[in-house]
Amino acid sequence: MTDFILRRREILKTALVDRGDALFVTGLGSATWDLASLGDRPENFYLWGAMGNAAMIGLGLAIARPDRRVVVITGDGEMLMGLTSLTTIGARRPENLAICVLDNERYTETGRQPTATGLGTDLAAVAAACGFPQTATLRTESDAARLGDLLLRTPGPVMAVAKVVDETLPMAVPPRDGGYLKTRFRTNLLGEKAATLP
Amino acid sequence: MDEHWSVDGHRHFKAAGIRQVAYVPDAGLTKLIERCREDNEIETVMCATEEEGIGLAAGAWLAGQKSAVLMQSSGVGNTINAIASLITSAHFPLFTIVTMRGQWGEGNPWQVPMGQAVAPVLEAIGVKTFQADTAADVSPMIEAGLRMAYSTDQAIAVLVSQRVIGSKVWVAGSSEGKP
Repeated sequence: MTDFILRRREILKTALVDRGDALFVTGLGSATWDLASLGDRPENFYLWGAMGNAAMIGLGLAIARPDRRVVVITGDGEMLMGLTSLTTIGARRPENLAICVLDNERYTETGRQPTATGLGTDLAAVAAACGFPQTATLRTESDAARLGDLLLRTPGPVMAVAKVVDETLPMAVPPRDGGYLKTRFRTNLLGEKAATLP
Repeated sequence: MDEHWSVDGHRHFKAAGIRQVAYVPDAGLTKLIERCREDNEIETVMCATEEEGIGLAAGAWLAGQKSAVLMQSSGVGNTINAIASLITSAHFPLFTIVTMRGQWGEGNPWQVPMGQAVAPVLEAIGVKTFQADTAADVSPMIEAGLRMAYSTDQAIAVLVSQRVIGSKVWVAGSSEGKP
């Protein structure tokens, strides 16, 4: 859609100013580049594949670490591929998990083909129907001002869908070695000894 | 048979420190799932499709928790990209128990192609399979599989044969059978 005004990296940058020690998982493609564009950190686990799995990785983390906020940032195509995970998360309802869908209604990486979110599927409504207590669709600047609170401070599980401009942005490429990203994340969270010894 | 294999299976889960168990129900897994659900130290997560369990296992391990994923052989087909793309690429440990259909005495033709493909497909994406053909195989394979998965960062699947679980005879009109 051409009438969207929110810019994905701008709203994310503003929302995550006070991100503290929150843990992040990103869906492959644009969401990975978006989070990396704000600076690479060991709290970020970027997916370069495994389309449809981001939300469930977030759930595994959130269950294991109820003391930490877990934020999944993904795109509409990735979320649609893992749509069943919303039923699973809705049944388990971890308070410390938030999902942010940067929804441009396009499969951006493969040539901007339309997704179902522009053709009828309302992801926030789907999440609400699955039992998420906090859901929102953000379209305006004042809507977007709530994104930080939704992702970092509101008891969840949270589904925040931001309708964003379909735009071409420079790729911000984080490390791509899965083993490195995994071990870096674990070392930061668990300490070197626990992360690397059997 | 003395005890059902799920008794030992649950005991091995405890000894290995399993904290999260993801499952999609299967008749052959019912007892193990129930034991895990009754255990306050294990978080059980019922999944709508098996690939969700693969993501959950990776997330748990990122936070230092060990997990097991329980599924029927049909569900293996749903996990392939998640295992190959996430588990194998990033060298995550993975431990899964698969109760088999489509092999020993199967009565439903729609179960046979996937059941027969489970071991070769898993091996093609880097999963090591332990095939339990008798009830006595299951417990040591769970114990050894858990140790190998979490000592060597490998993906291990214990395939529990239909010969162990029992294959029901499916008869049209019967309320006893299962498709």
